[in-house]
Amino acid sequence: MSTATAVWTVPATSQLATFWLDGDLFGVEVEHVQEVLRSQSITRVPLAPAAVAGLINLRGQVVTAIELRERLGRKPRPEGQEAVVIVVRLRGEAVSLLVDSIADVVDVAVRDFEAPPDTLDGVGRDLIRGAYKLSGQLLLALDVNRAVGT
Amino acid sequence: MEGLDDIVEEFLVESHENLDQLDQDLVALEQDPRSRERLSSIFRTIHTIKGTSGFLAFNKLEEVAHVGENLLSRMRDGALDLTPSRTSALLLMTDTIRALLAEIEASSGEGAVPVAETVVVLSAALDDAPTQAATEAAAEAAVVAAAAVVEAEAAVLAAETVVAPPVPAPVKKAAAAKKAPAKRASRAKAAVPPPAPVPSVERVPVPTPSVAPPAPAAAVQQETPVAEVPVVEAPAAPAALAPEPGTPEAQPKSRGVADSTIRVDVDLLDNLMLLVGELVLTRNQIVQYVGRQNDQDLIRASQRLNLIASELQESAMKTRMQPIDHIWSKLPRVVRDLGLQCGKAVRLEMEGKDTELDKTLLEAVKDPLTHLVRNSVDHGIEDTAARAAAGKPAEGVLTLRSRHESGQVVVEVADDGAGIDPVKIGRKAVEKGLITADALTRMSPQDLLQLIFLPGFSTAAAVTNVSGRGVGMDVVKTNIEGIGGTIEVESVAGRGTCMRLRIPLTLAIVPALTIECSGDRYAIPQISLQELVALDAEKAAAAVEDVGGASVYRLRGELLPLVHLADVLGLPSDRHDGHVVIAVLSSEGRRFGLVVDRVINTEEIVVKAVSGQLKQIGLYSGATVLGDGAVALILDVQALARRALRTETTDRQEHRLAAAAAAATVTERQRMLLAAIGGGRRVAIPLDTVTRLEQVRSDTVERVGSREVVQYRGAILPIVRLDRHLGAFGDSDREVLEVIVYADHGRSVAIVVEEILDIVDGEAAVQSDIDDLGLLGSAVIGDRVTELLDVRAAILAADPAFYSPVPASGPAGLGGPTDLDPGAFGFEGSTRPSAHPTTHLMEV
Repeated sequence: MSTATAVWTVPATSQLATFWLDGDLFGVEVEHVQEVLRSQSITRVPLAPAAVAGLINLRGQVVTAIELRERLGRKPRPEGQEAVVIVVRLRGEAVSLLVDSIADVVDVAVRDFEAPPDTLDGVGRDLIRGAYKLSGQLLLALDVNRAVGT
Repeated sequence: MEGLDDIVEEFLVESHENLDQLDQDLVALEQDPRSRERLSSIFRTIHTIKGTSGFLAFNKLEEVAHVGENLLSRMRDGALDLTPSRTSALLLMTDTIRALLAEIEASSGEGAVPVAETVVVLSAALDDAPTQAATEAAAEAAVVAAAAVVEAEAAVLAAETVVAPPVPAPVKKAAAAKKAPAKRASRAKAAVPPPAPVPSVERVPVPTPSVAPPAPAAAVQQETPVAEVPVVEAPAAPAALAPEPGTPEAQPKSRGVADSTIRVDVDLLDNLMLLVGELVLTRNQIVQYVGRQNDQDLIRASQRLNLIASELQESAMKTRMQPIDHIWSKLPRVVRDLGLQCGKAVRLEMEGKDTELDKTLLEAVKDPLTHLVRNSVDHGIEDTAARAAAGKPAEGVLTLRSRHESGQVVVEVADDGAGIDPVKIGRKAVEKGLITADALTRMSPQDLLQLIFLPGFSTAAAVTNVSGRGVGMDVVKTNIEGIGGTIEVESVAGRGTCMRLRIPLTLAIVPALTIECSGDRYAIPQISLQELVALDAEKAAAAVEDVGGASVYRLRGELLPLVHLADVLGLPSDRHDGHVVIAVLSSEGRRFGLVVDRVINTEEIVVKAVSGQLKQIGLYSGATVLGDGAVALILDVQALARRALRTETTDRQEHRLAAAAAAATVTERQRMLLAAIGGGRRVAIPLDTVTRLEQVRSDTVERVGSREVVQYRGAILPIVRLDRHLGAFGDSDREVLEVIVYADHGRSVAIVVEEILDIVDGEAAVQSDIDDLGLLGSAVIGDRVTELLDVRAAILAADPAFYSPVPASGPAGLGGPTDLDPGAFGFEGSTRPSAHPTTHLMEV
């Protein structure tokens, strides 16, 4: 009840759902992830921002799909490689992210966290909260709210 | 119940509900006398009843509620404690209120229900009397309560027992009791202090409360907390004795107001609507799938599903419907006050108060409508002097009209005022920098009228506190478009102005046309669709012309500006064979043709919102899930029109209208409805004789003598089966019949065909005069030999008296042949409506 404890602190560990995108490993907080779908048919939306891949039918619900490669300023996904759809729920609304492939859910510790590496450039950098140094691999923590770019 | 107006009825329903709650609260309160929450709830209920009854001039009710409220307010403030005697007094009050309500329901008046005792008891409870007095009061209360019950029951018994009623009231009360539904009757009894029923019968003759022994009072005090237990037999007794009140068979006849309606959470209805929406989608999916199958049973089952889903959808929609009067009822006051303020005499007339529309839409329309009405009074109608000068009656007339029209609700706000002067509008617009003077010279009067919808436009010479601050018509327009509606303005200078709103019946499910462009499907709400035109390469090359870089099409001699959807979307069209498919759309009083790759279907679609960033594009009003599960974007026709059209186009339309009026009398092109009648035969029927296309269930077909008839809109419609009439052998055991309704001079007949195929221009037909029974000849239409139906003969086959003089009481309810715009939904070439949505497509 006391206001003194109201200061927000980063939890010592958290869980990230991870996925691959253009050779890099990314992660989003598990609590945002609603589900992961494979090969959805996507209805394109002409004249929409480039990052909007289109609309998908999620059990009768129409959900916007964001092409994360485009959003992060990466090169388009090679022909023939199917995207995996990660449905995230933000403020009660479902949005989906197109990624290359899904990886594990990993526990990450705050002490491994660092600001975005300087090697990341422009567009992508704003959408990355930072990097977790896993053994043998960097895990880039995606800022989901920014990534869906509302 | 006929005598009750809406307000009283609403009051009764509400009060009955509240009283039920009150009983529970009171009993619960005894258990927990400190619960301020319950006390407040009780107080509110009584307060509301008092207020409303005062307003409705139910004086006795007000009196009782008033004393009760005093008592409750003191208890709520903590000045008085809740004693059992006070509880009894309050319960007595509840019963008296109930009796009064029942009487009001039965006779629209308070009748002779006695209230004096109740008031005395309540007043006594109000006095902070010493314990003894309180006991006495309680005793009194109990007895009076008992007496009240006695009265009620005595009344029921009155027929058999020779008890002289103490007051004339019971007779009235008995009537009330009969009307009251069983449930409430028993509840009323339940509220009565427990010892009442049994002893009461014996104590009927007891003339005054003071004689009553104190004993029952004590019983009251102890037993009230567990009121439910002894009550069990209480309602049973009177029910057994009196045949009417409790017996189930009597109930439907005299269902009280409170029982004929239930209150439902709007969320629940929303959810229901959502589910129905999903069901409709699934239905579409199944119908589409079954269309490719040959299994007869499956086809039949899917047809049934189709019909039931439609009916369910309609019923679910109806639960959310409210008459427009809900928002209109506040307008007479608005008009009156405003009229006085502006020094104008205005009479408000309303037509079509009962027109119903979705509650959400009703809410959304309320403000725009009020704004339009205020505008009309403020700007439209002139002051008395000006009217006199113009030779008009001193009193201006503002007319509100509403009606259903082809799946939409049309609401008009019309005045007989000065009208809008296009010249003034134009000048003003230039002054405000909304258009250039150069543009002004090129605008038609109709275009100029549209300027009033521009943001920042107001014509009032002076800013009044009523309107004229520049927020106005643009907001109205935005709001109406926000709910998928449209607004049109018509005005004749000196004669008046009419603002016409077209609002969809419901937001959730709308009929739409699905089209394809560049490999993707899009939905166009039917509300803006006027007709479809398909041109083959040869025709298109001749009929689609370039005017200064803009392509136009000559639609029945008038120029229709064309918008290529593929260009607007920035996609390559995948139609390379030169065929042109045009959806003729109307927006804001203008017509334009949207060129698409192909027309797929008409479907009922469930509108889903799209995210903000997609809405911003300004081309899509939403998205939907199609029958096959794919997502399709819904095109925003208004936005399309604004994006693609230049203002000059209405110029041509003005011209076109004038020309059309002149031309209509000269050349009458024959448009034909093509129908299959079975056995591979096709018949053409002149479209101008067709009133409507319908689907009827074959099990609704009845026989009158040797003829078949069907009930249709409250009339009997004779049927002629074209396959039999023309000696073809159709598939006669179909579950759904495709019917062409033909009406003339108040009579109508139904012509049953196997399938509606197409609408074509009869002009190109090569005629031959090989004729047969019932035929006028034959022609080649769309590469196939098609028989021309002798409509007169077919109709006479159904109704030999059709062309004889009109019977005085002929089947009404059908419009003339003008119901169907002959030009509407002309399908040519390969495009044609599928069987299911035909009705929607054709009902214009």
